[in-house]
Amino acid sequence: MSETRSYYGRPVVKEPVWKDEIALYFFTGGLGGASSVLSLVARATGHELLAQRSIQIASAADAVSPPLLIADLGRPERFLNMLRVFKVTSPMSVGSWILAYTSAASSVSAFLNTIGRLPRVAELTRLAAAGSGAPLAIYTSTLISNTAIPVWHEARRELPFLFGSSAAASAGAAAVIAVPPAEAGPARRLAVGGVLVENVLFKLMERRLGMVGEPYSKGQAGTYKKLAIGCTLSGAALLAGPGRRSRLAAVAGGALTLAGEVALRFSVFKAGFQSARDPKYTVEPQRARLSAQPADPRSRTRPVSGDGSM
Amino acid sequence: MLDSYGSDAKERVGFFTDTSICIGCKACEVACKEWNLVPEDGLVWTGESYDNTSALGANTWRHVAFVEQKEPARLEGDQPDALRWLMSSDVCKHCTHAACLDVCPTGALFRTEYGTVVVQEDVCNGCGYCVPACPFGVIDRRHLPRSPADPPAEILGLQLGKREDGRAWKCTLCYDRLKGGHEPACAKACPTESIQFGPLDELRERAGKRLEKLEAENWNGARLYGNDPDDGVGGFGAFFLLLDEPEVYGLPPDPVVTTAHLPEMWKTAAVATGALVLGVVASFLGGPR
Amino acid sequence: MGSNMAENHPVGFQWVLEARERGAHVIHVDPRFTRTSAMATKWVGIRAGSDIAFLGGIVNYILEHDLYFEEYVEHYTNASVVITEEFVDTEDLDGFFSGWDPEQGEYDTTTWQYQGMAVHGTGGDTEAGFDTSGEQAGHGGHGGGLEHGEPPEEDKTLQHPRCVFQLLKRHYRRYTPEFVAETCGCSVEDFLHVAKALTASSGREKTSAFCYAVGWTQHTVGVQYIRTAAIIQQLLGNMGRPGGGIVALRGHASIQGSTDIPTLYNILPGYLPMPHAEFYGGLDNFIEANTAPTGFWGHFDAYWVSLMKAYFGENATEDNEWLFRKLPRVDDDNSVYQTTLDMIDGKVKGYIVAGENPAVGNSHAKLHRLALAKLDWLVVRDLVEIESAAFWYDSPEIESGELKTEEIPTEIFFMPAAAHTEKDGSFTNTQRLLQWHWQATEPRHDSRSELWFYFHLGRLLKQRLADSEATRDELVKALRWEYPTHSQIQEPDAEAVLAEISGWEIATGAFIDGYTKLKPDGSTVCGCWIYSGVYKDGVNQAARRKPHWEQSYVAPEWAWAWPANRRMLYNRASADPDGKPWSERKQFVWWDADDAKWAGLDVPDFEVDKPPSYVPPEGAKAEDAIAGDHPFIMQADGRSWLFVPQGLEDGPLPTHYEPQESPFDNPLYGQRANPRRQQFKRPENPYNPVGGEQGSEIFPYVATTYRLTEHHTAGGMSRFVPYLSELQPAMFCEVSPELADEAGLVHGGWATIYSSRSAIEARVLVTDRIPPIEVQGRTTHQVGLPYHWGTRGLTTGGSANDLSSLALDPNVHIQEVKAFSVGIKPGRRPRGKALTEFVEELRNRAR
Repeated sequence: MSETRSYYGRPVVKEPVWKDEIALYFFTGGLGGASSVLSLVARATGHELLAQRSIQIASAADAVSPPLLIADLGRPERFLNMLRVFKVTSPMSVGSWILAYTSAASSVSAFLNTIGRLPRVAELTRLAAAGSGAPLAIYTSTLISNTAIPVWHEARRELPFLFGSSAAASAGAAAVIAVPPAEAGPARRLAVGGVLVENVLFKLMERRLGMVGEPYSKGQAGTYKKLAIGCTLSGAALLAGPGRRSRLAAVAGGALTLAGEVALRFSVFKAGFQSARDPKYTVEPQRARLSAQPADPRSRTRPVSGDGSM
Repeated sequence: MLDSYGSDAKERVGFFTDTSICIGCKACEVACKEWNLVPEDGLVWTGESYDNTSALGANTWRHVAFVEQKEPARLEGDQPDALRWLMSSDVCKHCTHAACLDVCPTGALFRTEYGTVVVQEDVCNGCGYCVPACPFGVIDRRHLPRSPADPPAEILGLQLGKREDGRAWKCTLCYDRLKGGHEPACAKACPTESIQFGPLDELRERAGKRLEKLEAENWNGARLYGNDPDDGVGGFGAFFLLLDEPEVYGLPPDPVVTTAHLPEMWKTAAVATGALVLGVVASFLGGPR
Repeated sequence: MGSNMAENHPVGFQWVLEARERGAHVIHVDPRFTRTSAMATKWVGIRAGSDIAFLGGIVNYILEHDLYFEEYVEHYTNASVVITEEFVDTEDLDGFFSGWDPEQGEYDTTTWQYQGMAVHGTGGDTEAGFDTSGEQAGHGGHGGGLEHGEPPEEDKTLQHPRCVFQLLKRHYRRYTPEFVAETCGCSVEDFLHVAKALTASSGREKTSAFCYAVGWTQHTVGVQYIRTAAIIQQLLGNMGRPGGGIVALRGHASIQGSTDIPTLYNILPGYLPMPHAEFYGGLDNFIEANTAPTGFWGHFDAYWVSLMKAYFGENATEDNEWLFRKLPRVDDDNSVYQTTLDMIDGKVKGYIVAGENPAVGNSHAKLHRLALAKLDWLVVRDLVEIESAAFWYDSPEIESGELKTEEIPTEIFFMPAAAHTEKDGSFTNTQRLLQWHWQATEPRHDSRSELWFYFHLGRLLKQRLADSEATRDELVKALRWEYPTHSQIQEPDAEAVLAEISGWEIATGAFIDGYTKLKPDGSTVCGCWIYSGVYKDGVNQAARRKPHWEQSYVAPEWAWAWPANRRMLYNRASADPDGKPWSERKQFVWWDADDAKWAGLDVPDFEVDKPPSYVPPEGAKAEDAIAGDHPFIMQADGRSWLFVPQGLEDGPLPTHYEPQESPFDNPLYGQRANPRRQQFKRPENPYNPVGGEQGSEIFPYVATTYRLTEHHTAGGMSRFVPYLSELQPAMFCEVSPELADEAGLVHGGWATIYSSRSAIEARVLVTDRIPPIEVQGRTTHQVGLPYHWGTRGLTTGGSANDLSSLALDPNVHIQEVKAFSVGIKPGRRPRGKALTEFVEELRNRAR
C-alpha cells in the first residue's frame, strides 16, 4: 500500500491532556475495586484476616484515587461538577459516581472493621464496596476505549478483560504482602492467575491490533510493556514458588507483581499518546475500510481524480 | 435532536466551507479570534507552506490549511508542470453525533437550540475527556494562564487551583451572534464566501449543486466531506467541499463517533466485571493455602 | 500581471472569483505561483523584470494576426496619425529613441511629435506642440498647436510608413513568441495560450481587463509597463468598455486619495501642477502654459482660482493674482529619495513622517535610517513606535556600530496617531470611489487623527506668526483656517473639510454640483476640482450606502466616484462612432437620438448633448474642439494614444529594457537598461555589477519583493498585532528546490541574502512555486522576499528593502524593488561589525 497521506505528518486526533496521575489511577482504581471484591469473598469463606486486610487495602487505594483525579483536572476546584449529571454515554461520568460510591463504602467498612464496631454496617458497606468495586476495576478500560485513539478504541474488546485481570493480580499481590503466607493462599492464586491471564491477553490484543498495536513495541509504551512482563512474571514466579512458605519471598513477589501492574497500566496509557501522534494509525484503517466498500455513487468521498487512488 | 427544546428549537444551522474558492487569506482566523477573544497561541514559524497555525485547538477555532501539490487544478489535457495550492479553512464539525458532548462528564458540553455544540465555560472543570474523544482532533484544553478576570482557584477555602486556564475550548459557531440574529464572525469576514453559513438543509442542497458544477468543469478531486447524514457521525454540522482526500488536509477519511460502539463496550465491561468476580471466587477454591 | 490580487486585495478579489465562476478566464502572469495563481485558470511564470517583453509579444501577436478591433482602433486611437519624419525608433538606434542628449541624460522630445505640429517657444521651456515638462507630465495631455482638435496629418488606411500603426508594427516585430520565451523564461505554448485567450475574449461581444499593482510600477520602466498594457487594450478595443480597462490595484485603502488630494511634492489637489521656480513670472504665464487649448484641461484657470479661494479665502483676489507670486515653488526634485539623499548631505533640517515607515518600507532602507540620523529634528506620527522612530537605539546600524545612539543629533518627537476607526474621513479607492467612514470610538490618551494634528499645527503656527512682518510668513497668515471642531479634544469636523473640497458659490453659499460650474473669477471655492460635487446639495455623497440589490450593477448610489460620480472613464468608447453600443451584450452608454442626449448605465464621460456626428468648427477651443466620435476627451486630440508624443521621459513606445540590476544583458539592444532611468551614482548607493560585467556572478539571482496577506507593507500595522503576527511570525525567503540544492540551503533553516547594499537573514521556505526558468539559454533562479520585517514588534526580522538600491522610474520616481540581483548562502548573517565587513568584502570582490 502506498504511504499514508497526511498533513505534514501532523496528528489527526489529539493525544490526551492527562498526566501520569491518570495512569496511576488506573492502577489504584483497579487495586481498590478488586480488593473490595476479594474482601467480600474472603469474609464469605471465613478468611477473616484476608478479608480485613483487603478491605483496608481497598479503602487506602480508594482514598488515593480521588486526589489523583482531582489533581489532573484543569480546574481542580470544580471537581464536584463531576456529580452534576449522570450520563451513560460518558464512562467518566458513570465512573465518577462509582468511585464516589465505592470509596465512601470501602472507607466506612475498613474503618469499622479496623475498630471492630457496628459489624452489620461494616458488612453492608463491604458488600456495597464490592458491588461497585468490581465495575470500578473495569470501567477505566471502557473510558479509554471510548475515545478516538486507535490503539484504545480498536482494543475495546480486550481492554476490559486486560484491566480486570490486572486488577485481580494487583489485589492478590497486595493482599499477599499484607498477610502471612499461611493465610495468603487465595490471594496468591488470584495474583498468579491474574498475571498469567493478563500476559496472554496482552499478546492476543497486540496480535489482533496489527499495525494499530505498533505503539506497544515502540517508545515508552514498549518499554513499560517489557517492564510489566518482566516484573509480573518474575513476581508471579516468586509467589507461586518460594512465596508459599517464605514471607520475604512473598513480599518480594507481591511487590514485583505490583510494580509490574503499574508498568502495565503505564504501557497502555502511553500507547494512547503514541497512537494519537502518528496520523497513519488513524488514517490507514479508515482508508482501508473505505476501500473495502463497493464504490457507491452517493459515497461521501467520491473521487474525481484520475490519479488511481481508490 | 432538538426535541427537548420544544418550541424553542430553531432550524439547524451550520457551515458549508467550499475550499475551491478559499484564497487562504486567514480573515476567518483573525475574525474568530477578535470576536471570541481567543488568545494568540504562539509565534512559531513552521515552514509548512503558509500555515503557521498548524491545527485546531483550544486557542485556534478556525485553521487554514495549505497544501502545495504538483497537480493540475482541472483535468484537461496534458499539464506536465501543473501546480496547485489547496487552501481550506478547518473548523469544529458540530457533529450530529458529537463524541465530545457524549463523553463530557459534567454536562458542560451541550447541544444548543441551533443544533450546534457548545462548551459552557463556567461548568467545564478541564477533565480533558473530550480531547481524545473527538475524531477530528478539534477540542483541546487551554494551558495558557487564567485571565485576571477569572475567580481565584480555591478548593474548600484553600488556594489550591492551577494558574492555567485549564478548561476545554472550541468553536461555538458564534452562539452569541446567532442569538443576536447574525452569522458567525468567520462567515462574515470571509471575502469570497468560501465559508457559507445558513440552515444545514439548504447548505447541503447548495453543496450538491456546487459539486455538480465542479465535476462538469473537470475539477481535479472535487468531493464533499461530511454532508452525508449516514456517515459515522450522522453528518457534520460544518461540512466541506474538498479537492483531495481528507487526510491530505489532516482530516480523518472515515470518522466514526466513538459512542457508536459504546453499547457494545458496556456489554463487554459487564462480562469482564462478571469474569473478575468469578476469578476472585475461583481463587478460593482449593483451601486456605 | 504585476499584482497578486488574491493576497493583497482579498475583498476585491471575490469579484474576480465571481467572474471565474461564470466562465471567465483568469490568467496570472507572475514570477511566483501565489494565492492568486492558485485561484486563476492559468498561471504563467516569468522572470521578474521582463513584463514588457511578454506584453510586447502580445502586441506583436495581435498585429501579426490582424486580431485588433478595427473600427475601434481606426476611430478612437491615434493609430492613423503620422509622426514627424525626424522620429527614429529604438530598433535603429540600438536601444535609444531619437532626441537623446547624452550630456543632459534626457530626451528632447521634439522628434516624437505629430507631423505638422507647429513648434514654437512661449516664454521659457514651454513649447506649443506638447508640453514636455516631466514633473507635470501625464496629468492630462496638455497640448497646443492642434487645429480643431485634429492632428495635422493622418492616414486612415493605416498604411503610411510613419503612421503610428506602422511604427507600432515595426517596433514590436522582434517580439516573437520565441523571443518572449527566451527573455521571460516561460514556454512558447504558455505565451500563446495567454495571447489567444486574450484576443478571443476581446471585441464587440467580449472584453478583457488587466489588473496590475506595484509588480508593474516598481521598476525603472514602470510607467512603460503600464503603457504596453494600454497599447494592448487599445488595439483590442477594451478601454472605456464594461469588463475591460486597466485596473490599478492600489496598495493602501486611500492611496488614490493620497495623489488626488496629494501628498506629492509636485502636484496640488486635482493634479494641478505646483508652479516651478524658474518657469513663470506671473499667473497668466502659468495658466497659459498649463491650459490645453482643447479638452477639459482648457478650464485650468477655473480649477486653479477655486483652489486658491479655498486656501486663502478673501485674502486671494484678482488684484493680487490670487496670491500666485507668494506661492512656494518647486525648484528641484523633492521626491522622497532625493530628499533622503539631501538628508545624507546635510541639507535637510527637519522631517515629518506620518503613517509611513521609510526605515523598512523604502528602497535601500538602510540609507534611510542613516539619513534620518542626520536630521536636526524628526516628527513621527504612527500607531506604534515604528523603526523610523526607533532607529536611534534599535536598528542594524546600532548593532553594527555604524550609528551610535549618543552621537545621533536628531531630536525625535513621536506623536501617537489615531486609527481609522477613531476618526471620520473618506477612502478613495482604485475606482476613484470616495467612501466615507465613520468614527466608531474616541481615540485614547494622546492619540490624534491627521486632521486634528495638521489643523491644530496650522492654528498654532498662525498664532505664532500673527504679528510677523516677514515676507515668507505671509502665506501662512493668509490661510483660511476655520473649521468647526467637536468633542473634548476639539476634533475638526471632517465633513466640513469635505464640503470645502467639493466647493460652493461664495456669494450664495450654494454647494457646487460639479467642476463644470467652477469659475476663474474668484466667485467659487473648490478644494479639489475632480472631487467637486461630492457634497452636492449639501449631502455627503460619499456616505451613500444603497445596497447593490436595489440598483443596477453599476451601483451609482453607493458612495461617489470622481469626477461627477462617473464610474467608468471614457465610457463613450463603449459605443461605436455613431453612438450605438458595440453589442447589446456590452451596452453601457449610448446616444439617445430622441432625447438628443447621451444615456446609459453610468454618467456619460462626454458632453451629454454633444451628438456623435459633431464636427468641431475652425478655431474651436477646450472641449468644443473634441469631435463627437472621439471618446478620450482628456487628450488634446480626443483619442487614446498608442504612441505617446508628449508627457513621458523615456519614450513614446515601451520597449524591453533590463532592470537596473539583473544577471542579463538586453537581448534586443546594446543599451541594456532604460537610459532615462534615475540613477544615483554615489558611494552610499553602490550598484551590483550586471549582465556580462565582471563581478555579476557574485549576485547571480533575481530577487523580487512582495507583500503577504497577513502583514501590511512596512509592518507598522501588523507586526505589533498578535493575531496577525502569529499568522506569519518570521521573515522568510522563497526558493526552489533546485536553488536550495545549488546554494546549499535547507528547508526550515536560515539563509543570508546579500547585495552591494547590505545583507539580511531569513528562514528558508523551499517551494515549487518559484521554479527555475530558462532565460537566454541558461537556468535562472529567483528569490522571493516578503518585505514586511524590521527590528521592532512581536515578530521581527530582516528588512528585504535593505538589499535594494535607489534606481527610479524617471516619470514618477518610483523605486525598482520588484527586480534586482542578489546572492544567497546558507546560515545566519554576520552580526555587529562583521556585517559591514562582509558587505564591504562583497563590494571589493565585485569591483
